[in-house]
Amino acid sequence: MVPARRWLMAGMALVAACAGRSPEPARSSTAMTGSGPSELREPAAFAAIADPTERSRALFLEASRVILHPRCANCHPDGDSPHQGTQPQLHDPPVTRGPDDRGVVGMHCDGCHQDRNLELARVPGAPDWHLAPRTMAWVGKSPGAICEQLKDLKRNGGRTLAQIVEHNTHDELVGWGWNPGWEREPAPGTQERFGAIIAEWVRTGAQCPSQEARR
Amino acid sequence: MSIRFRLNGVDREVDADPEMPLLWVLRDLLGLAGTKYGCGQALCGACTVHLDGEAVRSCVTPIRRIAGRSVVTIEGLSPDGSHPLQRAWVDLGVPQCGFCQAGQIMTAAALLARTSRPTDADIDRSLAGNLCRCGTYQRIRAAVKKAAGIAEG
Repeated sequence: MVPARRWLMAGMALVAACAGRSPEPARSSTAMTGSGPSELREPAAFAAIADPTERSRALFLEASRVILHPRCANCHPDGDSPHQGTQPQLHDPPVTRGPDDRGVVGMHCDGCHQDRNLELARVPGAPDWHLAPRTMAWVGKSPGAICEQLKDLKRNGGRTLAQIVEHNTHDELVGWGWNPGWEREPAPGTQERFGAIIAEWVRTGAQCPSQEARR
Repeated sequence: MSIRFRLNGVDREVDADPEMPLLWVLRDLLGLAGTKYGCGQALCGACTVHLDGEAVRSCVTPIRRIAGRSVVTIEGLSPDGSHPLQRAWVDLGVPQCGFCQAGQIMTAAALLARTSRPTDADIDRSLAGNLCRCGTYQRIRAAVKKAAGIAEG
């Protein structure tokens, strides 16, 4: 059985246990939460996976539900233009990343995007609104490939694992994913829980899922 | 809330809600009607002005952001309409209805301030967010190149 399938089965066993259909020992009641499409499971929900390596991989796959959500992936394009919408479309007006990922002269990101959402104008905003660099592109990549990229100092902006945890837990632009304003679908869960998952992923060895694994 | 800023080279102070869009301040409080209201959603570029030299959409720029900074509108681009872009606009008869042209010129001015000899691709990328419902895009591009001293091929 491939590792991803194995942890998925473990997760299913957890759900079955909570539904009273399995002799599995009872887990924390919170293990039931976060299984919906808009929710994110807490790190403790993965405690049933005994092997730390497999647990780490499973944690990253859970995190990938946020990473690959359009609220996050739209600004991690593998190209020069961001996307928008839940069914991602090219950004309108047509913008390009420019030399520093903040647009070109006359069309800088902050020419329109403010430091917070504008509900009446429907323009999304957060501090230092900008595109992720090309080396941090997520669109079209598997969770496994993103995981390897995220750990690569040459592609992650020189961030240590601790800095990655901090960035994902507290960065305000990252946090916009859960506060997107004007009827936009937020990323699953909360930034606090996403940060906790990333922290637990690091604590368990920052292992990457296989290239085929999907959540 | 009282907010001080520099407008077209002159220190100004306005008393307004800090979330009020700059466009409202310019047009309704200060009577500078050259900057136009187009869409109100930063989608058309008609309201483009300069904030510390960078092109911004005044319809979505809250005035709390301009405190202590410098704003230039089409009225302040030159004292007498003699900016190279304004001259080129007249020479080539760029406008049709004219509504979008202040925004077009302000964006183009920001481009030329950074890129004195822009390529067609530079012009297209920088002006991609300034819509013209009359379709004067070719004349706009020609005028930007004329202002930059680039002979049309």
